[in-house]
Amino acid sequence: MYNTGTMTNPPYHYQHPAPGTPSGVFKSDEDLATVCKRLRRDIITMIARAGSGHPGGSLSAVEIVATLYWKILRHKPIDPLWPGRDRFIMSKGHAAPVLYAVLAECGYFPREELGTLRRLGSHLQGHADRNATHGVEMSSGSLGQGLSFAVGCALASQLDKASWRVYALLSDGECDEGQTWEAAMSAPKFRLDNLTAIVDNNGLQLSGFTKDIMPLGLFPQKWWAFGWEVLEVDGHDLDQVFAAINTARQIKGKPAVIIARTVKGKGVSFMENNVDFHGKAPSAEQLEKALKELA
Amino acid sequence: MAEEIAPRDVYGQTLVELGRENPAIVVLDADLKPSTMTYHFEKEFPERFFEVGIAEQNMIGIACGLAASGKIPFASTFAVFAPGRCFDQIRVSVAQARLNVKIVVTHAGLTVGEDGASHQALEDLSLVCSLPGFTVIVPADGVETAQVIRAVTAHDGPCYVRLCRPKLPVIYNDSYKFQIGKADELRPGTDVSIIACGVMVSPALEAAKQLAGENINCRVLNMSTLKPVDEAAVIKAARETGAIVTAEEHQEHGGLGSIVARIVVKNHPVPMELVAVKDVFGQSGKPAELLEKYGLTSKEIVAAAREAIKRKG
Repeated sequence: MYNTGTMTNPPYHYQHPAPGTPSGVFKSDEDLATVCKRLRRDIITMIARAGSGHPGGSLSAVEIVATLYWKILRHKPIDPLWPGRDRFIMSKGHAAPVLYAVLAECGYFPREELGTLRRLGSHLQGHADRNATHGVEMSSGSLGQGLSFAVGCALASQLDKASWRVYALLSDGECDEGQTWEAAMSAPKFRLDNLTAIVDNNGLQLSGFTKDIMPLGLFPQKWWAFGWEVLEVDGHDLDQVFAAINTARQIKGKPAVIIARTVKGKGVSFMENNVDFHGKAPSAEQLEKALKELA
Repeated sequence: MAEEIAPRDVYGQTLVELGRENPAIVVLDADLKPSTMTYHFEKEFPERFFEVGIAEQNMIGIACGLAASGKIPFASTFAVFAPGRCFDQIRVSVAQARLNVKIVVTHAGLTVGEDGASHQALEDLSLVCSLPGFTVIVPADGVETAQVIRAVTAHDGPCYVRLCRPKLPVIYNDSYKFQIGKADELRPGTDVSIIACGVMVSPALEAAKQLAGENINCRVLNMSTLKPVDEAAVIKAARETGAIVTAEEHQEHGGLGSIVARIVVKNHPVPMELVAVKDVFGQSGKPAELLEKYGLTSKEIVAAAREAIKRKG
């Protein structure tokens, strides 16, 4: 049931099916492309069962989030609050289904729980909630707040001279919010080279194309002008995403942003670049068609 | 004349003391540190002080990340800017997330003075008290402020502490023990209860003194914690004195008066009068002139007490 106290200990124990290390740090050698396909099936299935949710922005971020959890982050699904964990801050909280799919795959909670998305009493709230779900670092859903939170985490790590790093996932649409740029201005001031921001740049937001709703202009140049190291990749190319995050980790004295070109609704033909699937669940028929495409 | 101390000076000094005792304490400010007095902390602990510039939304968000990573962040600015400039950040990132963030604001209310309406926070308590799980405290003097800052440090959860700009008469001596959620009876009485907070506690005591001359026996409660409010003290006041006057430097809507009225109507309805700002914005002027102009004086409290007693029937 929905946990109304501060999350301290897992209320249940769950043995992750994938191999971990003796210390509990997550490790899996499974082919990531195969994992991504499964994540996409999980995402649209849970949204279809819930009858509402945000498939478009969840599907566009699959390769980014999977690369982080499988190849980059040091994290322990059996100990979600392990102090030495790297932090993943999901600023675009409406894309919670991609995070839930990943956390379930990693063993933070049983996969069966994905079927409870958005139901009364579920651990899986409509927007990511740190007090409801193991592995969720930040309560989000109101856009533009995640990068500030990530800056705070990175400052704490820096202050403690700790080795854990912070990764924040932003949407391009939420860069309309002024707070994103307040945070963007502050991270270089504090020389947060332990912080990597990744923008899921899928070019669409709730009611239309980003270029029409509010053009982002010279987007990489803006980040550069704020003092960030800027990297650009194809956000669906697993090798490129992995390489860019590794490069970002090695930059000293300033934070790095990876602008990942993505396709909203990626992997499901009728959802790709279709603004209608920003926040709409597929019908039973559409789900069947989508699952065939992702078989 | 009583000794006067500015609560915000005490805040700045207490932060330094706490900083020495507890390395988890960090402080954030949004370009107001000479006014909020957080610059004392910066001077002694520069590595634990984060100046974020004129960006309150970012300040609150950063405080949340620090709190989620085990730090005890104090974020300070003027009361008009927090919650005013960052309410959604306080709502979602702090309150809903139940993070251990301490928001301590200064320059609340009309007593900001000459800076005028834009800088006179009269609705901040209404906003923060509406958030589940928030602890909201308005200290009445410097002595209480020091204890409040220590109490919120020890309390695990979101806290909002509202301080004013001017010096305030010292009410308490060192034997006072502040407790979150406990009203303090400054004066016993049986005819009417005056329940006040912050700047209005001293005028409440003056009013009680004046009414004593008319043989009216006033109970005076310092209700420094607005949330979680001391319901038992309010119900007891209603039962034992049969009339209540509230006094606060805030809009009538959603502040101390509204909170007390909610408890009174549910438990033991008695006549009530609310001394507060009546749905208008302030203006420039000297603090004392403004308190007079907007009806926040001992004179108004006396009149309200007489009225409440008259309505007892």
